[in-house]
Amino acid sequence: MTISRETAFNALLIVLLIAVPYGASAMGEPFYVTLATRMVILALAAVGLNFLLGLGGLVSFGHAAFFGIGGYVAGIAATHAFNNTPLLFGLPGTNQMLIIWLVAVLLGGLAALAIGLISLRTTGVYFIMITLAFAQMIYYFAISWPAYGGEDGLSIYVRNAFPGVNTLNGLHFFYVCLALLAAVLVLFSVLRNSRFGAALQAARQNEQRLSAVGIAPFRVKLAAFAISGMITGLAGALFADLNRFVSPSMLSWHLSGELIVLIILGGTGRLFGPVAGAIVYVLFEFYLGGVTERWQFFLGLILLAVVLFARGGIVGLVAGKARHG
Amino acid sequence: MQTALLIEQILNGLQFGVMLFLMAAGLTLIFGVMGLINLAHGSLYMVGAFACAAVAAATGSFWLGLAASLVAAAAAGAIIEVSVIRRLYDRDHLDQVLATFALILIFSEGTRWIFGSFPLYLDIPPLLRGAVPLPGGSAYPAYRLAIIAVGIAVAIGLYLLISRTRLGMRIRAGESDREMIAALGVDIRTLYTVVFALGAALAGLAGALVGALQSVQVGMGEPVLILAFVVIVIGGIGSIKGALVGAVLVGLIDTLGRFLLPMALAGFMDASSAAGIGAALASMLIYVFMALVLAIRPQGLFSAQR
Repeated sequence: MTISRETAFNALLIVLLIAVPYGASAMGEPFYVTLATRMVILALAAVGLNFLLGLGGLVSFGHAAFFGIGGYVAGIAATHAFNNTPLLFGLPGTNQMLIIWLVAVLLGGLAALAIGLISLRTTGVYFIMITLAFAQMIYYFAISWPAYGGEDGLSIYVRNAFPGVNTLNGLHFFYVCLALLAAVLVLFSVLRNSRFGAALQAARQNEQRLSAVGIAPFRVKLAAFAISGMITGLAGALFADLNRFVSPSMLSWHLSGELIVLIILGGTGRLFGPVAGAIVYVLFEFYLGGVTERWQFFLGLILLAVVLFARGGIVGLVAGKARHG
Repeated sequence: MQTALLIEQILNGLQFGVMLFLMAAGLTLIFGVMGLINLAHGSLYMVGAFACAAVAAATGSFWLGLAASLVAAAAAGAIIEVSVIRRLYDRDHLDQVLATFALILIFSEGTRWIFGSFPLYLDIPPLLRGAVPLPGGSAYPAYRLAIIAVGIAVAIGLYLLISRTRLGMRIRAGESDREMIAALGVDIRTLYTVVFALGAALAGLAGALVGALQSVQVGMGEPVLILAFVVIVIGGIGSIKGALVGAVLVGLIDTLGRFLLPMALAGFMDASSAAGIGAALASMLIYVFMALVLAIRPQGLFSAQR
């Protein structure tokens, strides 16, 4: 069996992600560790969206909703733990990442179920816009709800804890995030090759045919939407912990747009598409930001060029064949 | 007193709705004719506002500024149609979303580059500076009434343009069968450019008109764009009539919700939490309304899509 260029490229990405932050940390450059953590967390969120967009062909323009919900779960739990005040229904706050992740995943999934139930009644442009509108709804709620900081956001004074790991050490926190990304990539790959994944990809191509073989497309798509929301919610909780801050900007539609950009930049529907996209995007942001204050202008030009001329994204370019999904 | 306040809020809602209609009409026209989803429509609104503020500041005339806003937005629209948008008609919506998202970045940062980060201010023209008395003893700003009048005039003008003129006939034909009208010898590329510039000019007009009510700044188009999306989703994508009804409904629901909800909540909770929760709920109200409409009619109220 020969190894395809895509597999080799993916392996290279894994090695780089493991080694580069270690090297940076050893050379006393913690900033690059933070940059790499940012890449990994954005990649995680985008892998969540890739379930829906890459496999199901459903363009959700509101995934910031789940990202922000995850972020607020981390922020709110940590604030209550820090102030020692009870949360809803008298539950205590917590600074345990494991519990926070669980809640972020559950709430992200529940929100996705609710939004999906209504959004998936529509298709095409309607779907894009209604997911966008739901995300905006939550965004405006966060902005005008004064209890948790409103527009100013919420600070997490001490990064939340994970058993056996010193999360205050940037490199250790990075490896926690990387492990989660790896786990989710395995999940993505398993699900893509499962019966569920086949049904989801069939739903994108031809819903009638899918119903004809006895599978309800709506349920398949709703399940994909929920899984997608769960993963993106988890990424949001990590992102809040990385910045030790959560604000409505995590819910803004710019973020939804960025997640789509990451996927397309990397290669839609491909396992490592979001990872490659996140790496390149964060590097762009960083280097262009160092060269010029006007980096968004040039980022826009580059994105435009990618959409117009480089379809298939980075992984597609490396793999040397048209995108397959 | 309450009645006068209520009338004032209803007029505010109408003014907001009419402004949303100017945005939504262009969006829905472009989607209806070309099947294109244009996120950069908010940028054209911003271009209109900046052009108006800059020209008004240079010449001292709001009216020259208003004319400049139409010209600048239409020109910007035509330029991006010819250089970028034209390549996207045959692509899927995903590519359109991404490319027009990139255009937003370019426009926002480009405008900041030219005009700096500080907001510009645009004065209401002297002619419209006063207030008009309302029945019940209160008064209402003439400028806001003028915006309502402009919106109604544009709605009538668009209706006549589309139902009575040759260009409108081509637009309608383009909506239903683009191969056929191309085969009949209509220059479809030019038609698309014209429709896009027309939609852009409407967005620019909205930006210029609103610029005198609030500050003119980078990013001002984005919240309005999202509301315009809500409007056309409620009204039915591709339908001008739907855009008008949807815009007025959204304008009224949003304005009256912000006014009435805190008052209603104050009936059974203390004043400060009623104000806070009322404001939070009111900001979500139109999205709840949209969800309700879609739950009942997934294609919107007046869908033009078959």
